Amino acid sequence: MTDQTAYNFAYLDEQTKRMIRRAILKGVAIPGYQVPFASREMPMPYGWGTGGVQVTSACLVPEDRLKVIDQGADDTTNAVSIRRFFQRTAGIEVTEATADATVIQTRHRIPETPLTEGQILVYQVPIPEPLRFLEPRETETRKMHELEDYGLMHVKLYEDISRHGQIATAYDYPVKVEGRYVMDPSPIPKFDNPKLGGNAAIQLFGAGREQRIYALPPYTQAISLDFDDYPFTASKADHACDLCGAPDSYLDEVITDDQGSRMFVCSDTDFCGSRRAAGHIGPMGTPSAGG
Amino acid sequence: MSILAKMKMQPLLSVRDLAKFYGGRIGCADVGFDLYPGEVLGIVGESGSGKSTLLSCLAGHLAPDRGEVIFDTKEGLRDTVLMAEAARRRLARTDWAYVHQNPRDGLRMGVSAGGNVGERLMAVGARHYGQIRDAAVDWLGRVEIAADRVDDRPSAFSGGMQQRLQIARNLVTGPRLVFMDEPTGGLDVSVQARLLDLLRGLVREMGLSAIIVTHDLAVVRLLADRLMVMKGGYVVEQGLTDQVLDDPQHEYTQLLVSSVLQV
Amino acid sequence: MYVAVKGGEKAIDAAHAWLAEERRGDTSVAELSVAQIREQLALAVNRVMAEGSLYDPDLAALAIKQARGDLIEAIFLIRAYRTTLPRLGASTPVETAQMAMCRRISATFKDLPGGQILGPTFDYTHRLLDFKLAAEGEVPTAPTAPASLDAVPHVTAMLNRDGLIQTEAEGNDTPPDLTREPMELPTTRPLRLQAITRGDEGFILSMAYSTQRGYGRTHAFVGELRIGTVAVEMDIPELGFSVEIGEVELTECETVNQFKGSKTEPPQFTRGYGLVFGQTERKAIAMSLVDRALRWKELGEDNTGAPAQDEEFVLMHADNIQATGFLEHIKLPHYVDFQAELELVRKLRREALAHGEAAE
Repeated sequence: MTDQTAYNFAYLDEQTKRMIRRAILKGVAIPGYQVPFASREMPMPYGWGTGGVQVTSACLVPEDRLKVIDQGADDTTNAVSIRRFFQRTAGIEVTEATADATVIQTRHRIPETPLTEGQILVYQVPIPEPLRFLEPRETETRKMHELEDYGLMHVKLYEDISRHGQIATAYDYPVKVEGRYVMDPSPIPKFDNPKLGGNAAIQLFGAGREQRIYALPPYTQAISLDFDDYPFTASKADHACDLCGAPDSYLDEVITDDQGSRMFVCSDTDFCGSRRAAGHIGPMGTPSAGG
Repeated sequence: MSILAKMKMQPLLSVRDLAKFYGGRIGCADVGFDLYPGEVLGIVGESGSGKSTLLSCLAGHLAPDRGEVIFDTKEGLRDTVLMAEAARRRLARTDWAYVHQNPRDGLRMGVSAGGNVGERLMAVGARHYGQIRDAAVDWLGRVEIAADRVDDRPSAFSGGMQQRLQIARNLVTGPRLVFMDEPTGGLDVSVQARLLDLLRGLVREMGLSAIIVTHDLAVVRLLADRLMVMKGGYVVEQGLTDQVLDDPQHEYTQLLVSSVLQV
Repeated sequence: MYVAVKGGEKAIDAAHAWLAEERRGDTSVAELSVAQIREQLALAVNRVMAEGSLYDPDLAALAIKQARGDLIEAIFLIRAYRTTLPRLGASTPVETAQMAMCRRISATFKDLPGGQILGPTFDYTHRLLDFKLAAEGEVPTAPTAPASLDAVPHVTAMLNRDGLIQTEAEGNDTPPDLTREPMELPTTRPLRLQAITRGDEGFILSMAYSTQRGYGRTHAFVGELRIGTVAVEMDIPELGFSVEIGEVELTECETVNQFKGSKTEPPQFTRGYGLVFGQTERKAIAMSLVDRALRWKELGEDNTGAPAQDEEFVLMHADNIQATGFLEHIKLPHYVDFQAELELVRKLRREALAHGEAAE
């Protein structure tokens, strides 16, 4: 591959990777703390995964097997584009199987298949600051983290309950890490929140445009914010997957005709395909469909 | 409390030689006083007299150019001027409260009345929605706001109600020192009277220490134990409120008092 | 039978092929060369160099061609390329007093040593479409005057001789590099100037304009605007002296602003500073106004709450590559988040309706 000769392994130069690794290590040492880093201008737009790409680039070694998903799927355009980028610039092996991957870059989902020790899950983060939409000033929010001044965060939840009778945050649901930092888990559905805490894999979060990296080392406590009398609940569509029959996976709703008919399918394409290959068939699925 | 005990009592706030300058102009200078627990100090003067600058310096909103502001914190006496921003903010959400002249500056206008009152509780760790809401409703009652307004936003409230809500929001965690900047300013006279009544009740009932800045002598007559009169950035007279108002010594105070009497 | 949408890779390849075709346009029209863009669309090239933070007219022209004339896309291409370049060293500060000028004007003095040079400006052209340009033809040569090789001191230096204008702090510190370190707020003036000079021209222009209309007014005059080329020199440690490694075209603007004096300073004028790659006059003037507005704290002025005085607001929103990336990312799939919202709205509606029925 010609690109490999023109660029360093996994695109970034070694000095930049060292800088990013230092930020990652600091993040791992202080779980949930947002570490500023000198984000580079990448050959893809800010907001399209540049933070995740830089973190992945700094983590990759030639022996790695990379999986890239967007919305849980391996074949969405941006996932395809990022996977190709690393195939071109690092020449590494890629996979769609969660269990086979050593590094997984994701946007908006945590895979259904439980992760294991030694795996790295890299999140693409648009807005790393959980307080941003309550307080727009960076100078102010950093101070709020420093002082653990998180009252405002609960004001938002309080307002939800007083208006809607429940906490009306469906994704990007903030967690408190090891009793200290309030952290933005990136816009994953709150269904995925319980997988953040106590996870065997290393979870790294990269925000390129906002120049922040943060981390959850393996088996870190991450508790979704709530009230004692209004506890957090993970929720999903009240259906089973129409293709593989899984009752407990996160589902995409697909509109199938202009009469408003719809079906529900696993958002995690690898999970759904593996189940069908193993003989689990939903009401509208066939063992080979979608492959 | 015996006189002996009172004499031994530590001032809650001790201010020494405080000064703030704006370029060559004096904001306030040579200010010093002690405030004891349970005491209410009024600061009066016309606009530009330096009273608001002084209050901002005391409450840590402005950095003075000189002087000490010693507060009796739970960890002992501390100069709040030298304190790290972090520690000063901790004070601001626990031991201190600040009532702004304009309630819009002290309230979150996009948050319900209940959320406004509950914020300080949540900031210090309250995590039971039902209890937070009960406390909010209770406090709304104490400032004479009907319980069924708990989910309304302050923007739907009258000026007087907004000011009472701001007071509830500040007092809900039982602060030890309350700073008030013209708390009745901008309100109609009848609304002012009701607010003053309410404030007097709360101050007495909770044994609050407070520093109230105002240009309105009626406010200090009703609320303040002691009085400081400011002019051109300096304190020109201070003493017990009744003493200062009934027998003003400084000619400026005399002018201030007589101008009110003529109305 | 439902089959999940596949084929992202094929779609991407096809889209790129189509883009290449559209870029070329009608093949019966001659293809544009990079040299033509560099020579005849020089101001576009300048903007791409300024906001791309890379002085290379040929690469900038190539980027404009590749981006089909979308200058922000071209700037993006240059930025992404720039990131991969090794940093071999830093030049010594360029001496703009030694500039070989093609334009120099002052709004504060009618005449001054070195004189005023109008140069190749749009000023005083009547903005009437010139249909002669539609018919291609050679232009007559412009008259020339003998070039002066003398250094021309800055207007502000002349004012400063009388102590009438505030003296800028001298320093040999290497300024921080915005592209190598994360921006942390509050920041410093060198970092601010870096961010503004590569900031979006439209954004900086609007911020500057807002100060003129009263949002953080600074009463600015253009003390001096100069455009020309300066030598770039680098210290070579092995040689023990600096050598010239090339030259760059720059636009420099210094404003002279009103000032009342402070605790430590007697009344004197203050300055705002703009320095931008290439002939980029609008940007340089705007930059100097925004720089001056952001200096309120250092000069002991009041913060009136104007947007242009708000360092965080200006610096965090000036970069068009950051802005366009984030703006356009909302095109990406968000099914997962949308699904979560959908479930929530359905649940809330169910409860609201049930509540309504129960109440009846």
